[in-house]
Amino acid sequence: MDNAVTAKKKWWNGGYSPFSVSYGKLMMWYFLISDAFTFGALLISYGTQRFMAEAWPDPNVVFHSFPFMGHTNLPLVFVSLMTFILIMSSVTMVLAVHAGKYMDRQGVTKWLVLTIVGGLMFLGCQAWEWTHLHEVGAWWGRNPFPNADGSAAISTNFTDFFFTITGFHGLHVTSGVILNIIVLINVLKGTYEHRGHYEMVEKVGLYWHFVDLVWVFVFTCFYLL
Amino acid sequence: MSNEATLHSQDLAHHGHVEHGHGNGHDGHDHHHEETFISKYVFSMDHKMIAKQFLITGIIWAIIGAFFSVLFRLQLGYPEATFPWLESILGHWAEGGRITAEAYYALVTMHGTILVFFVLTAGLSGTFSNLLIPLQVGARDMASPFMNMLSYWFFFLASVIMMSSLFVQTGPASGGWTAYPPLSALGDASIGSKIGMDLWLISMAIFVVSSLLGSLNYISTILNMRTKGMSMTRLPLTIWAFFFTAVLGVLSFPVLLSGFVLLLFDRHADTSFYLSEIFIQGKALAHEGGSAILYQHLFWFLGHPEVYIIILPAMGMVSEILAVNSRKPIFGYLAMVGSLFAICILAFLVWAHHMFVTGLNPFLGAFFVLLTLLIAVPSAIKVFNWLTTIWRGNIRFTPASLFSIGFVSTFISGGLTGIWLGNSAIDIHLHDTYFVIAHFHIVMGVSAFFGMFAGIYHWFPKMYGRYMNQTLGFIHFWITLVGAYLIFWPMHYEGMAGMPRRYFDYSTWASFNQFEGLNQFISFVVIIVFATQLLFVFNFFYSIFKGRKLTTPNPWNATSLEWTTPINPGHGNWPGEIPEVHRWAYDYSKDGKDFIPQTVPVSPDESNH
Repeated sequence: MDNAVTAKKKWWNGGYSPFSVSYGKLMMWYFLISDAFTFGALLISYGTQRFMAEAWPDPNVVFHSFPFMGHTNLPLVFVSLMTFILIMSSVTMVLAVHAGKYMDRQGVTKWLVLTIVGGLMFLGCQAWEWTHLHEVGAWWGRNPFPNADGSAAISTNFTDFFFTITGFHGLHVTSGVILNIIVLINVLKGTYEHRGHYEMVEKVGLYWHFVDLVWVFVFTCFYLL
Repeated sequence: MSNEATLHSQDLAHHGHVEHGHGNGHDGHDHHHEETFISKYVFSMDHKMIAKQFLITGIIWAIIGAFFSVLFRLQLGYPEATFPWLESILGHWAEGGRITAEAYYALVTMHGTILVFFVLTAGLSGTFSNLLIPLQVGARDMASPFMNMLSYWFFFLASVIMMSSLFVQTGPASGGWTAYPPLSALGDASIGSKIGMDLWLISMAIFVVSSLLGSLNYISTILNMRTKGMSMTRLPLTIWAFFFTAVLGVLSFPVLLSGFVLLLFDRHADTSFYLSEIFIQGKALAHEGGSAILYQHLFWFLGHPEVYIIILPAMGMVSEILAVNSRKPIFGYLAMVGSLFAICILAFLVWAHHMFVTGLNPFLGAFFVLLTLLIAVPSAIKVFNWLTTIWRGNIRFTPASLFSIGFVSTFISGGLTGIWLGNSAIDIHLHDTYFVIAHFHIVMGVSAFFGMFAGIYHWFPKMYGRYMNQTLGFIHFWITLVGAYLIFWPMHYEGMAGMPRRYFDYSTWASFNQFEGLNQFISFVVIIVFATQLLFVFNFFYSIFKGRKLTTPNPWNATSLEWTTPINPGHGNWPGEIPEVHRWAYDYSKDGKDFIPQTVPVSPDESNH
């Protein structure tokens, strides 16, 4: 590794990576850009349809339930909890990567386990929310929610987009959890200790943060706007 | 990561188990181990073998796709005639020897899908990016050989699914290669909108995965794995072209995927993303609030960059082949790179010119006209640079250089009509006519094929250690060039007369009866040109086994790195150290020397280029 670099080094002249990163990390970054376009296309589609619609349901009314709280009106409280959990799992992921930098195998294990737990909790929350919405009659092609102005919904776009995009995000969280578990198994087996670096943790960390970041946009688009 | 470490990790990746380091990552030669048939020819991780897999799969698809065009041209040229042999191969799709309207639409749709995606995307970029990137940048293999292998096998899976859709009872997708809803969203809309459409969408989704895996590898390899001295401005133009192609793929295919996901939901989950106020068989559907134009935006956000994904690799190879065969440096190297970059950027800003008449706001159309016409600037830069490259050159007329010159010819004549079509006012008259067919077949289909043929003839010696037969190559070139013009040139006139595309039978319109003879003529030439392509396929496979053997590792006296490898390079490409690069790739006819390879150090008394 030639991290001790003189200022005069010609980074683009071949022989080494111009960004001083491995190809794997580079690929992860490019993949994330590509995936950002996938989500971007979905969210922009949602935006145009919503912009064209004359009326739209009020998220404060749609998302007002909380588990075991019956009919108490708690607008957006549950989704705030979900978001908090996911963001906390990003924090634990940062700590896992940090521990990896210092070759601290126990630290990586601890924080990675917590990240996985956070991811699973988020997925559990999403499962509850979907089940709840399904119970009140919402699904792909079924929109029971009246518009904010009181008129009855004529289009199912609200629920169609909600389930498709949060579902697509949930799929990403699921694959993120699976990747984290695979990396955790390798950490426990000592693969990275043997290899001399924990870069794999960093790579899945990039993916995890990306999935978190996407949630911020999904959350904004569906719950706040 | 240093070069040594990069090579090291890559070398380990060759062996599939990363945890056991060999400690000697320098030398691909040291790691020769017994390869089984499966690991060498089937699940190969050698970029050269993967390139051949892409190429041969692409050739098979090209024969099928071109044969489909022969079938529907029979209908267009001879609408009254019957061909009993058609019934024996197509069964009830050609009852009485005349293909049915449903079969016609399925053939047209699959012709487009196969040639655009499976031949000119995977078959072209998949083949030559894989073959040339590691060889020309000086790397032992792709950044991730494993992902590279996956890229091919995802493509193979997509191919199998697309192929199987040809054999389902209701036939393959038949709503056009663009798969516009509502035709593609409602199973009741036509028989081609049933299971064939589902298989089409699934196959294309897997195709996107394959493309993504490939493109990520191409980009990372070009940026990260260049050998010592190979700065970005010393890269052959082929590599620059593959780089921008990959960038286009990484950024545009995901949007198509999103569009397909929504379409699948519309088909199977009763959603209304693209559907609104639709009557089918006189019955109103419940779908409200969707927009069919949304799909068109999502589709063409890929669809337009896609035509550059097809043409850029051809441009890169043509630049290289013209320089080699004119014994002159490429004219305006940086302008060539800059115009590739400009095309890459503009590619994302012009998609709505496919939608001028779909209900797009005319004011919005004006911006897309401007941006579309802007593409003429970098395109013209490229054309003039090719012409000035061969100008007063010492031209060697090999099949590869002839096809390159043919590429420049068709790119000009097809590109000029693009200026017409890019104008939203003229488009009101010309949209959806044979003028459009003529335009994009010449500028994209024929040109890209010419680039691909040029690449195959030129790099065949590197792939198989043998030459292809030159005489057959010349016959192939001249019949294809003349035939392509004879097929597509008359279509401009048909289009200007208003003859719409995608019609099964024109004989019932008095206004198009005048083209009866012309249509027959076109169909006749199509059959001849198709037969000539079979001659090429014969030449290709015959030469693999019986072609004249190479006696020198550098048959074309070229400067780039791939010709510094042995005639039949093993996995790892160079037996010893990877050579260091000291100059750009275009030192031809310099200081009285015919050519100076990139590996030769610059001598102090050499003139500047």
